[in-house]
Amino acid sequence: MYVILDKKDYARGTIVNIRIEAPEIAKKCSPGQFVVIRVNETGERIPLTIADNDPLAGTVTLVFQIVGKTTALLASRNVGDFIMDVVGPLGKPVEMKKYNKKILTVGGGTGVAVLHHIAKGYYEAGNEIISIIGSRTKSYLIMEEEMKRISTEMHITTDDGTYGFHGFVTQVMDMILSERGDDIEFVVAIGPVVMMKACCDITKRHNKKTIVSLNPIMVDGTGMCGACRVQVGGETKFACVHGPQFDGHLVDFDLLIKRQRTYIEDERISLFRSIK
Amino acid sequence: MDLFNKVEPKYIKYGSYLHIYCPHCHKSLNVEKKDQKYILVKAKFKGQEGFIKLSPYLNIFETETDLPLKEGDIVDDMMCPHCGESLLVDDHPCEECGAPKVAEFIVSAFSKLIPFYICTRYGCKWHGLTKRDEQLIKIKIPRQDMPEQDPKLRKFNFLEVPYGYTAELAGIEADRCLQCKVPQCVQGCPVGIDIPSFIKLISEGKYVDASRKIKESNSLPAITGRVCPQEDQCEARCVVGTMDKPVAIGRLERFVADYERNINAVEVPEKKAPSGKKVAVIGSGPAGLTAAADLVKMGHSVTIYESLHEAGGVLTYGIPEFRLPKDIVKSEVNYLKNLGVKIEMDAVVGKLYTIDELLEEKGYDAVFVGVGAGLPRFMGIEGENLGNVYSANEYLTRINLMKAYKFPTYDTPAPRGKRVAVIGGGNVAMDCARTSLRMGADEVTILYRRSEKELPARLEEVHHAMQEGVNFKFLTAPVKYTGDKNGMVTGAECIKMELGEPDKSGRRRPIPIEGSNFMMDFDMVIVAIGAGPNPILFDTTPDLELNKRGYIVADPETGKTKKDKVWAGGDIVTGAATVISAMGAGKRAAKSIDEYLNSVKKTKKKH
Ligand SMILES: Cc1cc2nc3c(=O)[nH]c(=O)nc-3n(C[C@H](O)[C@H](O)[C@H](O)COP(=O)(O)OP(=O)(O)OC[C@H]3O[C@@H](n4cnc5c(N)ncnc54)[C@H](O)[C@@H]3O)c2cc1C
Ligand code: SF4
Ligand code: FES
Repeated sequence: MYVILDKKDYARGTIVNIRIEAPEIAKKCSPGQFVVIRVNETGERIPLTIADNDPLAGTVTLVFQIVGKTTALLASRNVGDFIMDVVGPLGKPVEMKKYNKKILTVGGGTGVAVLHHIAKGYYEAGNEIISIIGSRTKSYLIMEEEMKRISTEMHITTDDGTYGFHGFVTQVMDMILSERGDDIEFVVAIGPVVMMKACCDITKRHNKKTIVSLNPIMVDGTGMCGACRVQVGGETKFACVHGPQFDGHLVDFDLLIKRQRTYIEDERISLFRSIK
Repeated sequence: MDLFNKVEPKYIKYGSYLHIYCPHCHKSLNVEKKDQKYILVKAKFKGQEGFIKLSPYLNIFETETDLPLKEGDIVDDMMCPHCGESLLVDDHPCEECGAPKVAEFIVSAFSKLIPFYICTRYGCKWHGLTKRDEQLIKIKIPRQDMPEQDPKLRKFNFLEVPYGYTAELAGIEADRCLQCKVPQCVQGCPVGIDIPSFIKLISEGKYVDASRKIKESNSLPAITGRVCPQEDQCEARCVVGTMDKPVAIGRLERFVADYERNINAVEVPEKKAPSGKKVAVIGSGPAGLTAAADLVKMGHSVTIYESLHEAGGVLTYGIPEFRLPKDIVKSEVNYLKNLGVKIEMDAVVGKLYTIDELLEEKGYDAVFVGVGAGLPRFMGIEGENLGNVYSANEYLTRINLMKAYKFPTYDTPAPRGKRVAVIGGGNVAMDCARTSLRMGADEVTILYRRSEKELPARLEEVHHAMQEGVNFKFLTAPVKYTGDKNGMVTGAECIKMELGEPDKSGRRRPIPIEGSNFMMDFDMVIVAIGAGPNPILFDTTPDLELNKRGYIVADPETGKTKKDKVWAGGDIVTGAATVISAMGAGKRAAKSIDEYLNSVKKTKKKH
């Protein structure tokens, strides 16, 4: 049982941030890793990427968008409530070291939370970070302050132009790579699959290596079921053990999108019941 | 002779009530008074005449007499109380104690009259048939079937298929055992259960004792009785099997274990005094559970680390409810907890802790690794990543561990298909096929690349699957899957096989027949072609030696690995095998760990 210590929400309550007590995981986890949670006895197991950890306080922060039954259920838990199971840290940590050139980090939607953890890791390893974060509209933008703190240069985009650049993160990214691609070591793009796919299409043109973080359906998160299979460079990989970060230029995004939709109908039934 | 037709004991069996008649006047010698039931004969001893009362239950040796008989005395004569004729026969010394004479009676069995003997030595246990007659009768008892749910109904529910023996059926089946002096069955048992002894206890109606007899060598009989491949192990060697179907050892095992559990007779055994030593067990499958149970009884403090949220390993996430009810697994796990074993769930060793951290930081004196072979294998053919193509592990985990069959009460969605293909021929494939029937499939087809004879699954599972209407396509394998525009599977292109020379496993190797490709339509595919070792633990423990196939190298006798203080056993050493072999490995490792811990203690004391 894992207690919720803090809770806040963004984007009109559609994105929730919880800090939970999980001392062993907090001690062990590194940026890029995730946990699998199960809220209660009848709950589903879902993966959530770790958005932050505090080894001293023994806490782990999770940020998630309410998209289905389980995230809705988790969002309904308040400070002091328990989560039945938190398993982790899972997945491969991102390798953190000092690179010669700058790192361009691009985040969209809830992905910004994960991006922040990784970008912070790079920052703490002594790297210079350029960030682009975006959302549909101003009120849906998350973690702006936190990103600012670790970035030497920061760009914001909104699809509707209510804040920052009117357009997509990909457009700003394209501009930066065209202007000063030589200053940049590689790109980290984390967000909705379509965004990551679009980013990779552009960075391929610029021949700039791009790390993406994939979020396929998972069950155990330990390599036991294969639900999380993704195709990378023509090979089948289990995102939970080989990833979730992969070289975006090798990822078959179309397959990922299709596989994510397997349970769309059941999700609807499940969510509907929980609303009732 | 009409007298004999009145009483017709169905089978002669241990503990059963005998009707005994005088061979001369054909009158019954049974006396029944209120609570007293006995056989009455007259006897002469040292010129005195009196009676002897004998128990009418075969193999219960209670006797009473008014003659001054002591154990070992031989009576001079035995007579019928009705006609007074002597019952002694010549040329027939006692088969048990060698006394020169025995008395002959008649019992009826199988509508036949059979001679029955009672020794003239007071206290001698021979009170039965001649060995030859006994065997003859036993062989005539047919193997008893277990009552089970009707296939037409059960394919719509998840309730257990066989109901198990009743005490009566178990008694009859137990009587089929010949009580061999050199029991072949025991040699076929991977953990060497004393099979004839436990079967004899069943014959005597001592079911709880029988269960405890088994538990001397196998701590999970309710589980192994259900899932062991008996037809390849004990029952394959049973002597009765050479003349008829073998004794149903597995069903008897299951009966006594269930009996003991159902009447709450399970006792927490004595533990040795605390040794002050700590052992970590990684994985809570049969190997881990067995090692933990033994080690805690030996007085060590034991903690199991399990990566999933429930204990039991394959017993919990793999084998379905209708074959192994989860309540049984839970009660075994609770039994361990009552013994004092601590279980830490959600603990992925290799990620949360490394083995070295367990040894160095957490202060464990030894580690047992029983993490199973949990990595699903795929064939690597085109279309295998399409939607609704699952590994058996994912499919079964969703249904069993996550209880997706109770969706939407439970949140995890269940994969559903109307025309389902299951690839493979083992227990896992049978489980997947029968589960998908229960999940509402109209048609389930098992594609197996060899022939029916080579199916590696337990016979009973194949039989049950066929009864329930699972189709089998032998000598067939998929070569690619086709999908629709949404990326969902729509069918498989298959190829026909023929069998060639036997391969290393001794089974004939399937060879594709060129040009025999054909299409089959499916909307769901479950790949059940086996599992391999999961490297998650090894990535952080490079000094644990692995073999070429990625399994841990460990001494088969002791489970000791090449790494100091680390033992291993079960599927992670042997590759996917059986529940009982994993348990055997857990047991041997526990013994070796105990010896090691005791030796450490001794050397420390010397200082
Ligand atoms: C569907 C199915 C049906 C089967 N049917 C039969 C049958 O009828 N008869 C039979 O005899 N055998 C059967 N088997 C085989 C049998 O179940 C296995 O041989 C046996 O369970 C192996 O036991 P084990 O203890 O080695 O491993 P497992 O039962 O696999 O247990 C390993 C445990 O370790 C845990 N674990 C793994 N990695 C870690 C880690 N890093 N940290 C912590 N915990 C970890 C796993 O979650 C799991 O709980 C079947 C197998 C399957 C999959
Ligand atoms: S081999 Fe068969 S008959 Fe002989 S002891 Fe074993 S179960 Fe009984
Ligand atoms: S989530 Fe099961 S193997 Fe990755």
